[in-house]
Amino acid sequence: MTEVHIVGAGIHPFGRHPEKTGLDQGVFAVREALTDAGLTWEDVQFAFGGSSAAGSADAALPRLGLTGVQFINISNGCATGGSSLLSGYWAIKSGEFDIGVVLGFDKHPRGAFNADPEASGLQRWYGETGMMLTTQFFAMKIRRYMDLYGISNESLGRVAEKAYENGALTPHAWRREPVGLNTILGSQMLSDPLTKYMFCSPAEGGAALVLMSDKKMRELGLTGPRVRGAAVRTRVNGSFEVFSPSLDVERGPSPTQIASAAAFEMAGVGPSDIHVAQIQDTESGAEIMHMAENGFCADGEQERMLAEGATKLGGALPMNTDGGCLACGEPVGASGLRQVYENVQQLRKRADGRQVANASLAYSQVYGAPGLSAVAILEA
Amino acid sequence: MVATAVADGLFVMHGDQPHLIAARRKSDGRMRFPMPLGPEAALYEPVELPAEGKLWSYTVQRFRPKTPPYIGADDDASFKAFALGYIEFPDQVIVEGRILIDDTSTLRIGRPMKVVIEPFATSTRGEVSNFAFKPAD
Repeated sequence: MTEVHIVGAGIHPFGRHPEKTGLDQGVFAVREALTDAGLTWEDVQFAFGGSSAAGSADAALPRLGLTGVQFINISNGCATGGSSLLSGYWAIKSGEFDIGVVLGFDKHPRGAFNADPEASGLQRWYGETGMMLTTQFFAMKIRRYMDLYGISNESLGRVAEKAYENGALTPHAWRREPVGLNTILGSQMLSDPLTKYMFCSPAEGGAALVLMSDKKMRELGLTGPRVRGAAVRTRVNGSFEVFSPSLDVERGPSPTQIASAAAFEMAGVGPSDIHVAQIQDTESGAEIMHMAENGFCADGEQERMLAEGATKLGGALPMNTDGGCLACGEPVGASGLRQVYENVQQLRKRADGRQVANASLAYSQVYGAPGLSAVAILEA
Repeated sequence: MVATAVADGLFVMHGDQPHLIAARRKSDGRMRFPMPLGPEAALYEPVELPAEGKLWSYTVQRFRPKTPPYIGADDDASFKAFALGYIEFPDQVIVEGRILIDDTSTLRIGRPMKVVIEPFATSTRGEVSNFAFKPAD
């Protein structure tokens, strides 16, 4: 059976770069990933790429080389990067190809995402009356969760505090200064209970990975983490998703829960085997809920874990070691691949200043509109 | 001047009391709001919801949503924060809507809420109204 490895990883620092287009940042990341693997674009047999707001990913081709390579544009909301990785994984796993690139980049305007109701299959009045904001969904999901499972505002603050601490240690992060807990809790309330410092911002950046079959990797004398499990799942009846004018009274699992279970089953490991995890932290509440949805704790345990610093560097299970979306911002097309890039750095022991000791199994999960989740489990 | 509803078919008036019109899928009884438009509507039958439900979750929108799609009569300077939430109509469906309340710190999950009609915007269509929820206790 063919195994799939990540033999190169590249990233353009996240943040705001007025002098560069999204495409510039994507091309930068691909070149860095190829250099990391010691390959050239001419070696690449296929590519999957996506951007949400910065144009078509295959616009990178004239710059990278018009080699005739199979290039497929991926568009899958916030899970675009995770979907590109999964597509690349199966392309090699199937035995059809040996060397591929997955890339993602983006460049968003400032402020909350501006949604178009009809593009999401919704009626116009929903947006006209001011109810079509991702921020509201996140606030209402965590509000109910806090009430059901006893999560405090302080825990929301602790997640953000950790993110900015880790971001300060990460060259590719956008927010490079620690922010104190009281500043986070006391900052401008945007959508109760979430304050300004508890939300990530749309941003810019690019990320790319070089994928290779185990056979080709040995042939070329390369190394890199193995993809042990990868899955994308979409919403089911009864899940609570962004942009929902109504919800089922009969509640069901989230797409993250079923994507996580599928990836763990594929990898043949469980949550307790993981050493480092990058999970979707669009805002502080999302990280708290995703801790449980990915199986890393029971509902409500987060309160104690965060108070103990269990998810900080040096804790029992460090999470979002590069500061996550909170410190890196969220360029939608690149965000999921940024998580995998960080896991590759951790597994290759290159995460200077934020290295998780003895990390050999790494987990990533990206969640996004309109209700999907992508998970990848890597092994050193 | 009588306000026009932001969209047709969202609610029906019985005297002064509005009732939301939900949709029950004929094949499996699963309910949603609002009624779908177009060919999809044939798969559903309309169901009038009770006048009252219970608050399921909530937040407060503290910055002005972007226009488009938002058509509120306010601008960034005159915008006033508004509450919104999901109201559960037990055994039927949970519906999202704006909440009319003076003191948002009194919002609690489980608090009874009733359906009201709220004029909320002036647009090229004149006064525009929509359904909203208001504490019923």
